[in-house]
Amino acid sequence: MIKISTEYIAEKVKRAIDKISCEVEPSCQAALQKAYEKEDGKTAKFALEVMLENIAIAKAEHRPVCQDTGMVVVFVEIGKEVILTGRLLQDAIDSAVKDAYVTLRKSVLDPVTRINTKTNTPSVVHTSIVEGEDVKVEIMLKGFGSENMSKVYLLNPAQGIEEAKRLIVDTVAQAASNPCPPVIIGVGLGGTLEKCALMSKHALFREIGSNNPVEHLDKLEKELLEQINSLGIGAQGFGGKTSALGVFIESYPTHISSLPVSINVLCHCSRAAKFVIDGRKEGEICLV
Amino acid sequence: MSSVKYLSLPLTKESMRDLRVGDMVRLSGEMLVFRDAGHKRLYQSILDGEQAFEYKGETIYFMGPCPARGNEAIGSAGPTTSCRMDKYTPYMLDHGLSAQIGKGKRSQESIDAFKRNGCVYFSAIGGAGAIYSKCITKAEVLYFEDLGTEAVRRITVKDFPVVVAIDSLGEDIYSK
Repeated sequence: MIKISTEYIAEKVKRAIDKISCEVEPSCQAALQKAYEKEDGKTAKFALEVMLENIAIAKAEHRPVCQDTGMVVVFVEIGKEVILTGRLLQDAIDSAVKDAYVTLRKSVLDPVTRINTKTNTPSVVHTSIVEGEDVKVEIMLKGFGSENMSKVYLLNPAQGIEEAKRLIVDTVAQAASNPCPPVIIGVGLGGTLEKCALMSKHALFREIGSNNPVEHLDKLEKELLEQINSLGIGAQGFGGKTSALGVFIESYPTHISSLPVSINVLCHCSRAAKFVIDGRKEGEICLV
Repeated sequence: MSSVKYLSLPLTKESMRDLRVGDMVRLSGEMLVFRDAGHKRLYQSILDGEQAFEYKGETIYFMGPCPARGNEAIGSAGPTTSCRMDKYTPYMLDHGLSAQIGKGKRSQESIDAFKRNGCVYFSAIGGAGAIYSKCITKAEVLYFEDLGTEAVRRITVKDFPVVVAIDSLGEDIYSK
C-alpha cells in the first residue's frame, strides 16, 4: 500500500487554482486564436481580439482572466493501492480553496438565505476508486454565466438520438450570447439523472481538438459542432463563424425506458488543469 | 479597429441618440456598478417607499469584481449576464436611468424600455476581466457593503471598451 497525504493533494490544488485562475487552458487559447484568424464578422472579430488580448494580459500580469473565478469542481481518481492520510479529502481541498480565494472572487453562497460563505467553499469534489498507485486530479473553476445555460432532459426512447441532437443544438441556440461564446459543450448520454449530469461535466476536461476514442461518439461530436457553428451566434453573440470551440460526449448504458441527455455549457475561457500524484515517487511508501 | 467612438460619462440623451447598434465605443468617466443582489435590494427599497439611493442619469455596469491586488484600483472586472436584471430594467429606465452595460441578450420588455426612453444598452466583452480592470482608475463601495462583491460601487473608467447592443431606436444586435 502507498500513503498519500490529503494535505499534499491540497497544496497542489491550491497551486493549480492560483495558476488556472490567470491562465486559460492552452488548447482553448489555441482554438480561440484559430477562430480569430478565420472570423470575418467585424464585431465578432473585435470581440475575439479583446478576448485574446485579455488572456495574454492575464497571464503576463498574473491577473484573473475573468472576474467570475467560479465554483471549484474537482474530480479525483484514487488508485486502489493508495491510502489517503490526514484530514478528509473534502476538508483538505476546501482549506486549499479558502487560501487560494483570498485574492479571487468569492461567489459561493447558501441557496436559501443567499448569505455568502466568504471563502468560496465548499468546493464540489467527485471521487472514484480506480486501478493503480496514483491519485489523478482534474480541477476546473466553473463560471455560472455558462453553468446557468446548461440543461438535463430525460427523453423517452421513441424520441431517440435525433431528438437528443436537436436539443443539444437548441440549448446552445437558446443560450446564444449569455454564456460568453464561443462555448465548449460537454454532453452526457445515458446513465441515470445524476450520472448523466456528471458525465457532461467531466467531458469538459477533454483537450480541444482531440478525437473521441469511441468512433460513433466521435462522429456525433463532429456533426454537432458543425450544426452549432452553423447557428451563426459567433463570439459574444455578435454573429460569426465560430459559436463553439468543441463538443465532447461521454456515454453510459441506460434503462430501457429512457434516454437521459445532459448538456453542460462552458464559456470561451476554460480554466482547467489535470495533474497526477505518482504514488511510487511522491507517496510515503509503507508496508500494510 | 476602425471608427471607434469616444464618449464621456454621464451620457446625454443627445449623445445616446447618435449611437447605432454595432458601434464600438470607448467610455470615460464615472459609472455605478452592481448586479443581482444589489438590484434586488434596491428594488425592494423602492417597493417599500424608501429608495436606498438615486440612479437618475447614471450608467450601470453589471459586474462583481475580484479583490484588488497590489496597488490596482480593483481586481478583474468583466461584465455579468444582463438578462438576470431584466426584471428591474423597464422600471429603472422609465425612472431616469441612462444606460446599462453587461453582456448578452435582453427581454423584449427591456428592449422596448430602451427604445421608449431613448436609452442605450452596451455589451462589454464577457470574460475580459483583466482588460476591464486596467481601464478602471478608481473604485469605491457606496452602498450595501455586506453584499461583498455584489455591493454597489462607483468606479471611474478610462477608454472602457464596449459595443452598442441595443440602441435608442430599439435595434438589437442579438436579433440580427
